[in-house]
Amino acid sequence: MTEQAIELRDVRGPSALGGGWRRSLDLLYLIAVTEFKQTYFGTVLGYLWSLARPLLLFGVLLAVFTQIFRIGSQVPNYAVLLLFNIVLYGFFQEATMQAVNSIASQESIVRKTQFPRLVIPLAVVLTAAFNLGLNLVVVFVFILAWGIEPMWSWLLFPVVLVLLFALTIAVSMIVSSLYPRFRDISIIWTVLATVLFYGTPVLYPIEVVPETLKDILMINPLTPLFELARVWVIDPSAPGPAEAAGGYALLLPAVAIYGVVCVMSVWIFKREAPRIAEEL
Amino acid sequence: MAVVIEARRVEKTFRIPHHRVDSLKERATHPLRRAEYRELRALRDVSFDVHGGEFFGVVGRNGSGKSSLLKIMASIYAADSGRIRMAGRVAPFIELGVGFNPELTARENVVLNGVMMGLSRREAARRLDAVLEFAELEDFVDLKLKNYSSGMMVRLAFAVMVQADADVMLIDEVLAVGDAAFARKCMDVFQEKRSAGRTIVLVTHDMATVQGMCDRAMLIHDGELRYIGDAEEAAMRYYRINFGAADDGDLGEAGPAAVPDVHARVVASWLEDESGTRVESIEQNRPIGLNVVIEAREELVKPIFSVYVLNQDGSAIFGLDVTPTGPGGAPMDRIPAGGRVRIAGTIENPLLPGKYLLQCFVFREGTLRGALQVMHLPGFVVFGTRPGIGIVSVRGNVEAVAEPECGP
Repeated sequence: MTEQAIELRDVRGPSALGGGWRRSLDLLYLIAVTEFKQTYFGTVLGYLWSLARPLLLFGVLLAVFTQIFRIGSQVPNYAVLLLFNIVLYGFFQEATMQAVNSIASQESIVRKTQFPRLVIPLAVVLTAAFNLGLNLVVVFVFILAWGIEPMWSWLLFPVVLVLLFALTIAVSMIVSSLYPRFRDISIIWTVLATVLFYGTPVLYPIEVVPETLKDILMINPLTPLFELARVWVIDPSAPGPAEAAGGYALLLPAVAIYGVVCVMSVWIFKREAPRIAEEL
Repeated sequence: MAVVIEARRVEKTFRIPHHRVDSLKERATHPLRRAEYRELRALRDVSFDVHGGEFFGVVGRNGSGKSSLLKIMASIYAADSGRIRMAGRVAPFIELGVGFNPELTARENVVLNGVMMGLSRREAARRLDAVLEFAELEDFVDLKLKNYSSGMMVRLAFAVMVQADADVMLIDEVLAVGDAAFARKCMDVFQEKRSAGRTIVLVTHDMATVQGMCDRAMLIHDGELRYIGDAEEAAMRYYRINFGAADDGDLGEAGPAAVPDVHARVVASWLEDESGTRVESIEQNRPIGLNVVIEAREELVKPIFSVYVLNQDGSAIFGLDVTPTGPGGAPMDRIPAGGRVRIAGTIENPLLPGKYLLQCFVFREGTLRGALQVMHLPGFVVFGTRPGIGIVSVRGNVEAVAEPECGP
């Protein structure tokens, strides 16, 4: 070793981020790819399952809501809307549910190596996003086949996606970092995700919801996102989020919750990250 | 040499819940009750320096805090306070691994680990061959790690750590596992890395390694740094603590000056079986023939020699005290410098099959608290076909008899 002065650097302990962007991105990619392989390894239809799942759900729900409950028949393009919503919500649900024990399931790595902890939940969201991408291809083929003309507003759809990604990442960060300490997060989130599925206009359009209930639905930050997507992609005549809420001001609670969740996620994850290895 | 690791006043406390409060319900139903914790102070005010190119040993009993310290140095745990600074790239080897995902193949794990260590994906892939060659696992590259034997896993992990070619290696207990060939290989690597100017920090219970290889060592006890410096001395203090021979208080005050005005060395040492043949392994239940010749380097006053049999973890199983006697059978008050004593005889052998270590302590009569010196004798193997429970087999007269009312 040369006698030149070697620079001493502080050992800061484990953290949410840090260690260079290149490394974080490489890690993110590798973990996402291996997660993906692991999920579908050993299954006969492999990746096709991730397409089959939402399609099956779609088929069942479509039958129920057009043949039995008949809500669907009052709504223009109900089938397309339903499939589109299922795929979008499916992404949110898949990512956040997988995220819950994502850090805990990588225990052997977390307990022995130093790396930015954030890449684990991000990798889960990335894998889910990849699925979403492929599912959306199918959805758009379906939309065109249904006879909906391409619209300029389709170009705005990525805005919805970005907002949805951010919320999904935020929730994933919260559940994954709290799970090692509070194992019941897994049960709580399973229940909450189901509540949110019904509490978001996935199965039904917002305009058929009675006023009192609608006020509650509008607090859900997912609701305006789904309404935006609907107006921009499927049905320009549908009420947008503001109209559905009864004015922009009434959107504020949802926006505020969205913001709080995002800020909280950063705060919680940063606080928990250094201790995760000890809690596992 | 320049300092490559600088630790200052490092503190770490673990909070161990009395009854684990990991459900939100308990939090919610007892919002005001603070969870009851037992505080475990794993590290208290630990400061030390390690220099570039050093082979630095860290010794201490289980639970002394040495592994926590290593984890803090490796950025896996966060210190509560204090500061550690390090130079260069660091490769940790912790809990017998480097962080593998058992669901992935060796190939995938090696690349993933390389990236975690800061290599690019391409560099990490390029390193694969060297790692596999070192681990001698070329044929198992596409096997998932969950199908590896534990020995293969450790070999792969060690190879990954070595091939990372980091400036500082932090290694926890690598020598406790694996076969003799693997241990040999580890030693060769340590030698090679040291001569290449790399720094190695080794946490171990194997005092032979500490005494034989480490440039310096430190002893941690109850989270406190008790000694840092000469490896030989650190090992000796470790033994004293381990056998409860020294009061904790003593040890702190007993600086190097207070320790031994006496020194002895082992001239020859071997084991014999019943027929008088020199052996390195002994059959179960057959007596152990012990032969040790010790030479006093300086005058030994009222010496007592204690021969200990230890298991692989370094825990004493039993020991025998021997007071040397002169030609007439009278106790020897002193052995002059240069004088030799032969300790010989047979020892009953209740040991179950396994590997054992032998040590000889030199005490001074009347000061049985604290050995003057510990000397390592060759270890031995007990072989046999009657494994049992624990470490030793004892004869007993215990039977199970049906109670009358239990009859059919």
